[in-house]
Amino acid sequence: MTVPSSNPAAAPGKPTFAVSSIDFSCRLPLLVLFISAAKWLVIGWVFELIASLKFHAPGFLADYAWLTYGRVHPAFTNSIIYGFCLQAGLGVTLWLFARLGNAPLAQRGLVTLGAAFWNLGVTIGVIGILLGDSTGFEHLEMPGYAVVFIFIGYLLMALWAVVTFHQRRERKLVVSHWFLFTALLWFPWIYSTANLLLVTFPVRGIAQAVIAWWYSQNLLVVWLSLVGLGVAFCFIPKIVRRELSSHYLAVFVYWMLILVAGWGGIPGSAPVPAWMPVLSTIASVFLLLAIVAVALNVGETVGFSLSAFRQGPIASFFVFGILAFVLAGVMRTASALRETSQSLNLTWFAPASTLLNYYGFFGMIMFGAIYVIMPRLLGVELPWPKLLRAHFWLSVAGILLVVLPLALAGIFEVISLSDARTPFLTVMHSTLTFFRVSTMGDLLLLIGHVLFLTNIGGLVAGFYRARAEATYAELTADLFKPAGAKS
Amino acid sequence: MNVAPLIFLAAFFGLSCSWFGFVLTPQIQVGSLQQTNTIPLGAVYPVQRPGMAREGLAVYRANGCEYCHSQQVGQTGTLCDVMLTEPGTNQQAVLLALRKLRPSLSEGEDKELLASLPKPVRQGVSKAVADTAVKTLTDSGAKASTWVVPVGPDIARGWGNRRTVAEDFLFDYPAMPGSQRVGPDLASVGVRLADPKWHLLHLYAPRAVVKDSIMPPYRFLFEKRRIERGPSPDALSLPAELAPETGYEIVPRTDALALVAYLMSLRANEPLFSTPLTVATANPTTDTNAPAGGTNAPPAK
Repeated sequence: MTVPSSNPAAAPGKPTFAVSSIDFSCRLPLLVLFISAAKWLVIGWVFELIASLKFHAPGFLADYAWLTYGRVHPAFTNSIIYGFCLQAGLGVTLWLFARLGNAPLAQRGLVTLGAAFWNLGVTIGVIGILLGDSTGFEHLEMPGYAVVFIFIGYLLMALWAVVTFHQRRERKLVVSHWFLFTALLWFPWIYSTANLLLVTFPVRGIAQAVIAWWYSQNLLVVWLSLVGLGVAFCFIPKIVRRELSSHYLAVFVYWMLILVAGWGGIPGSAPVPAWMPVLSTIASVFLLLAIVAVALNVGETVGFSLSAFRQGPIASFFVFGILAFVLAGVMRTASALRETSQSLNLTWFAPASTLLNYYGFFGMIMFGAIYVIMPRLLGVELPWPKLLRAHFWLSVAGILLVVLPLALAGIFEVISLSDARTPFLTVMHSTLTFFRVSTMGDLLLLIGHVLFLTNIGGLVAGFYRARAEATYAELTADLFKPAGAKS
Repeated sequence: MNVAPLIFLAAFFGLSCSWFGFVLTPQIQVGSLQQTNTIPLGAVYPVQRPGMAREGLAVYRANGCEYCHSQQVGQTGTLCDVMLTEPGTNQQAVLLALRKLRPSLSEGEDKELLASLPKPVRQGVSKAVADTAVKTLTDSGAKASTWVVPVGPDIARGWGNRRTVAEDFLFDYPAMPGSQRVGPDLASVGVRLADPKWHLLHLYAPRAVVKDSIMPPYRFLFEKRRIERGPSPDALSLPAELAPETGYEIVPRTDALALVAYLMSLRANEPLFSTPLTVATANPTTDTNAPAGGTNAPPAK
């Protein structure tokens, strides 16, 4: 095990930074972000498992108000989205800005403070949801008193990310910069709009729901796609040792995401003037172009073969993530089409495609990126590389076991509910078979997350052990020298 | 190539577009909705929910009822019913007209129909067919009218009599149209299931009233109390296997009462200008034969 030099190599007069010093500048904040992200993943999936078990036995944990389905379910989505997705995404963005710009992370102490604020906010928010303080807007459930911490945390991190970006020594921008920098700006705009207009000075009536849908779409489709694809377009070429097939296709995807994707998300069944769901449908169909562009671009880059899966688990995480992105996009478009949207978006099909997007696509790309970044931050190898493969396959199996049954359940619901003579409860009972399978998937995912946490936790433990051994050896070197000289 | 400001502009432009589209414009259009009038009665709709129901909305929000219950009844279209309201004076002519419209009617049946007006003569037909039928009947001296009937699986299930519209949420904070149906739609549950006692029992033990219900019980909204002087009027009358030991009773907490008051207030079934629908009024012979949507009731203000 090698111990990295722990002092920045840069002398004042020397403009270039050694790579290790850039990694060193990111170490503390990124460790906080990644370990917390992994922790939220485990916590979130415990909530999800509780929620899922309620469909097997409605009476399960039903006597505790804070464990009722309507509270553990948003606790799950918020833990995963704010605790894991955004947190991991920010961490990877910070690292890429530092590495691509060949500049150390600015003000790493304040960035760490920001990460602490963020986690404090998410903790308060999830506890608030469990106590019944949810705002009632999907994906924005965390109460106002938690939002303050989250927002301060975000601004602290994003501000120094922008400063790092500004101070870059490598002036040339790559396409990932466009994606990540835009995402960095996007979140505070949508988050403040949604919180101001829905929580602080709420607008009237159904306009609330429209803004909530707009926010969900911008967070879960635009933000996650910007960061996920930005990271993938940077890592995949490096992993397969080829150039990104087409710079222009990537730029096209970028413009589609920021100009078109934000218009989706209003369901066809929504009780709003018809132009809104119609516009959303049009946007969703146009967005298919971006999805095809991503598929072509990444496909070309990895050579349109599944051989990328043979390049080891890290490549597999990325390639699977892109496949999930394409499938989730197609599913989203399918449920936005006029003919199907009246029914598909009120069934299990919608949560299936949402989960495939934020977990199957974004989560998997983050896993791959974190597995690449963490050993570099610490200069030690992953303690159990075999767990990596286990984590990958558990995730794949888990995602398939959750997404496929739920999507099938949704299609089944649409078909059987369109005939009003079928009693509603009968249809719901038929979908229980699908739920049983999805609970298995949730369990596999939870095990995978424990492996993930173990692996990166073990990495940090290995790092500090190596550091302690080195310090010990250094301190005791004089003690043992005379003895060594004697013999 | 330093294009960082360009990225900023691109992001700003991209976000502004969808912000104008789905934040500002909806706020201008549906955010400034005012109360409207029901048609044909002209009653103000919607009215603010009663205080207890408003507290109930907070209970509904806190316990995340909206994750399993939507409040958006869908509608695939509208059809027409032909309603015969008055036989007029020339019964023979009316019977003839009836037989023309409904050849399957037997002699006894059509007389019975005429005796118990108002009655639908044709149901679920297009507007053209309905108008012809109305003309045939009025020509015979009877009074008939075309009723507008929204249709769709949700409506056939009895979840409401029209689609849900923006007005239905006017006074709600937060507005919770829901995103998924694990349980039935609740847009007009206060009309469909109008008994508060049923709801209380259903919340305490769903399976006691709906066989094989998959809804979790909400027992934490109730408390078990020792019966002091006499049984409480609010106490649940539970089936034997759920009843507490003698000397005790299950009483709803304020939250349960508020939640039920909110469910009772969910009555999104009033006919509005934006959702043409004819309903039976106190005196159905007057005033319902204008095609809905084209009535003289004052437009929404």
